[in-house]
Amino acid sequence: MERRIEFNTSWQYSPAPESTDHIVLSKRYDNFIGGAFVPPASGKYFDTINPATEEKLSEVALSDEADVNRAVESAREAFNRYWSKCLPAERGKYLYRIARLIQERAREFAVIESLDGGKPIRESRTVDIPLVAAHFFYYAGWADKLEYAFPNRRVSPLGVAGQIIPWNFPLLMAAWKIAPALACGNTVVLKPAETTPLTALKLAELIQEADLPPGVVNIITGAGETGQALVRHPDVDKIAFTGSTEVGRIIQKELAGTNKKYTLELGGKAANIIFEDAALDQAVEGIINGIFFNQGHVCCAGSRLFVQESVADTVIRKLKDRMESLIVGNPLDKNTDIGAINSRQQLDTINSYIEIGQKEGAELYQTSCPLPERGYWCRPTLFLNASQSHRIVQEEIFGPVLAVQTFRTAEEAIEKANNTPYGLSGGVWSDKGAKVFKITSKIRSGVVWANTYNKFDPTAPFGGYKESGVGREGGLHGLLPYVNLA
Amino acid sequence: MSKARKIAKNDSLELISAAQNKAEDKRLEVLKTYKLYIGGAFPRTESGRYWKLKTPAGKVIANVSRASRKDFRNAVVAARRAFSGWAAKTAYNRGQILYRMAEMLEGRREQFISELVLQGSNENEAVREVNAAIDRLVYYAGWADKYQQVFSAVNPVQSSHFNFSLPEPMGVVAVIAPESHGLLGLVSCIAPVIVGGNSCVVLSSEKQPLSSITFAELMESSDVPAGAINILTGFREELLEHFSSHMDVNAVVSSDLESAELKEVQSSAVSNLKRVINLKIKDWFSDEAQNPYLIMETQEIKTTWHPIGL
Amino acid sequence: MAAATQTLPDFRYSPVVDQVGVADRIARVTARSIKKESKIEALKLALSMLDLTTLDAKDTAGKVRQLCYKARHLHDDLPDLPTVAAVCVYPNMVSVAKKALEGSTVKVASVATAFPTGMTSLDIKLEETRRVVSEGADEVDMVISRGRFFAGDYNYVFDEIAAVKEACGQAHLKVILETGELETYDNVRRASEIAMYAGADFIKTSTGKVKPAATLEVTLVMLEAIRDYYYQTGRMVGMKPAGGISNAKLAIQYLVLLKETLGEAWMTPQYFRFGASSLANDLLMQIVKQKTGIYQSIDYFSKD
Repeated sequence: MERRIEFNTSWQYSPAPESTDHIVLSKRYDNFIGGAFVPPASGKYFDTINPATEEKLSEVALSDEADVNRAVESAREAFNRYWSKCLPAERGKYLYRIARLIQERAREFAVIESLDGGKPIRESRTVDIPLVAAHFFYYAGWADKLEYAFPNRRVSPLGVAGQIIPWNFPLLMAAWKIAPALACGNTVVLKPAETTPLTALKLAELIQEADLPPGVVNIITGAGETGQALVRHPDVDKIAFTGSTEVGRIIQKELAGTNKKYTLELGGKAANIIFEDAALDQAVEGIINGIFFNQGHVCCAGSRLFVQESVADTVIRKLKDRMESLIVGNPLDKNTDIGAINSRQQLDTINSYIEIGQKEGAELYQTSCPLPERGYWCRPTLFLNASQSHRIVQEEIFGPVLAVQTFRTAEEAIEKANNTPYGLSGGVWSDKGAKVFKITSKIRSGVVWANTYNKFDPTAPFGGYKESGVGREGGLHGLLPYVNLA
Repeated sequence: MSKARKIAKNDSLELISAAQNKAEDKRLEVLKTYKLYIGGAFPRTESGRYWKLKTPAGKVIANVSRASRKDFRNAVVAARRAFSGWAAKTAYNRGQILYRMAEMLEGRREQFISELVLQGSNENEAVREVNAAIDRLVYYAGWADKYQQVFSAVNPVQSSHFNFSLPEPMGVVAVIAPESHGLLGLVSCIAPVIVGGNSCVVLSSEKQPLSSITFAELMESSDVPAGAINILTGFREELLEHFSSHMDVNAVVSSDLESAELKEVQSSAVSNLKRVINLKIKDWFSDEAQNPYLIMETQEIKTTWHPIGL
Repeated sequence: MAAATQTLPDFRYSPVVDQVGVADRIARVTARSIKKESKIEALKLALSMLDLTTLDAKDTAGKVRQLCYKARHLHDDLPDLPTVAAVCVYPNMVSVAKKALEGSTVKVASVATAFPTGMTSLDIKLEETRRVVSEGADEVDMVISRGRFFAGDYNYVFDEIAAVKEACGQAHLKVILETGELETYDNVRRASEIAMYAGADFIKTSTGKVKPAATLEVTLVMLEAIRDYYYQTGRMVGMKPAGGISNAKLAIQYLVLLKETLGEAWMTPQYFRFGASSLANDLLMQIVKQKTGIYQSIDYFSKD
């Protein structure tokens, strides 16, 4: 019998809920168009719920084509009247101002992000919101320095950018979209995800507070049809989308034959490769971070683990023990490691994959942690002895489910890692520098984490190869999708 | 002066026989067969089809291979096979190979000029085009070990990590060469693609296909690895769909598609989300047709993270 | 208890340690929020794990006796307090402490082997060890020969620890690695393994005379070495961070780290100790604060 560590200690952490006293949510939120909150043309609204309690938090505008038209018109007018005439340095100062306001209200944004999306407060407070502020701060500085980013070229804005963002990092994705667009002199119409609109709408309030000229940023809520209307709108110059490869494909098709530019940040099925000479304990931490960060709702999640056979037993045992200390539960509890699955629909998807994995013959391992009664939850899950042909290995699950395989040689690991239509990210763990550079250069993906995983920074470009997307966001390279060069 | 040029000048196939009958030139001329270029070999199209290329005056110059969907498929297989080796060559080496291509082209200027004239260019234009094509290869040869420096970044991240972003080739690129400028257009589209380590499958100009096949012969003897560049002659109307829908092609580069054609390419590209790069080049002799941003069109940026610690 | 294997471990099976990854893990540990009941429990647990320490050239018999009194009577105003685990002193104070703690469960721990530098010959170290044990030390805190370690003479370091262990007889041996001098976590990991395989009952970070002394990071590296040794041999080795742990908040973070690395079996003074002196009063102040809701002043807690 393999020796394991017993984590069910008599000393347990008492609940440590983040206070929600200072959070003010309206009963209803309208669209933010032309600097003001305006009701949807249809007069229809839909609920946004807390996935940890299934309770309604607020309701938001259900926007249709008329609202999209209005928002795009407003963005166009703002582009013509204000933003294209605004001195670049002044544009930058607006962005600095937004960055500062976010820092001041960081706690509020973090709590709402966790309420609306289900992610643990630990992450929204230490990852999401600080990165949001940092992203605005970073791009603010670019506004009057664009000529230096593109040697020998004259730089001009595109015009109006339509931006559609996902529910896994709601405010962070809004920042990834808005900050570079504005820095480059574009105006935007942003559509947050159906299940997580609240922080974007709070951002709208903040943008009002920052006195940004009306219409430079417009935020409209809705579901897929709203996004589709935005993609189809003839007066939009560029579409930036983050979401599934399936929807990305539809958007690419919609845009065929138009002159619209586009960037797509889509799905992934990243390989995280552990070599026998790696710092194994930190690698285990990296595996944990790679797949359980944000409930696994991460496009760049390290969802395929490859462990070199000589250390496979060791790594799996350590991984199982480390997983046992993970706490699943109330997203607002400061000690929660894994929060609520974002929606009923997503939970169903994850559960169906867990069934598929078992049917396919992979060996299921889940931790024994208790789960709350209400809400949408999933235990940290491993599938051992998975194979390349399994659906749980090929398809993006977007949940806390890790498919584990072993490998013998580096060549085999590279071949398996690249044997996927995706190419967003990858991980390599080895103490040997030469090997690290060899493998990182062979992995066909836009981001490679060597001896670390799921690190993000506004200065570091992010984006996919192959079916994981088109274009980069973040860093110097993240400016390109928002400019014309002449 | 080469035979071909003489012929072209006279612009008449009848004169071939006339010339052959002259006392100073009694031998029968060996006519050239124009085939495809796939994986370093010169096969005929598997379909056995051809079309008659004619001078502007309507005289037949050659029976040109009319590549099929299967020829394209074979070319993609060759390109995929060649990709990793070509991409793995040192930048210095790729630069030398491009420069070697320029040298070879220079050495066969006359042939290229006369072929262009044969295909309808006037002589001055042809001379200018060949000169520009040679210089273009030299230009991109020089970029081989520099664009990475210009377009890379070391990113000052907040955490204790060394973080850098650099361009990597996309993979297999399908190139729809422009109809005009059978040589310069071809070279201008291929050079930025391959200097960055991509392999490619090129559909040559339908109007001036001869230059592309002669160019292939030149590559064959200038150290370009087999399969890194593959050239098909054929009909755009027939092949466009296959160029843009093939699942193992990473990008499509074009420069003069009609809007309906472009829409078709962009729609079929959705199959595997391939990148569609439609260059808007009006003047093939200007800087818009030669700059490092064109190399970046078929590059992906890869960001790598590594901890800094003891 | 299973016998320690008496040979050097095969370092090929020891993972290297990545400093940045360790820091990332600690950032998660320190983000844990320990409130209410769990905080009181932790404070008490920490008290029970204390090696109340005085290691000063100015130490007097009187001071040691006061410390021993404190060890038995932490704060008589509060019922249900545990006693500390041990009092830790220099060799010449062992008999004083032994006498002062007579009849209590508090152990006497003595530093030995030319503490804190270890710069003397093996026979003198062994003699010192036998002496403190014969005078009543229940536990011996030895230092490793860092010079030999740096020179790559792992066999020497190993043999020395094994010899001291033998000289300890029934007394428990804590092996001080002096992590502040070892520079890298790879060295800490290797020294930990040498000590455990040579028979250490505890591994300990620091003498308290070198900075940095204990850190959460270095403690994690040692806890992971302990876990891997347990995986391999089934023997549980204890852990003692010492030096620099002066407040309750930090002590609780150590307990979080312990809980999440080694779990239930190690959450006892038998397998985990804090080497500290001023920590006791801060733990006590926090306990009183938790019970009364009022922030405390050190003036109301005896400094011994």
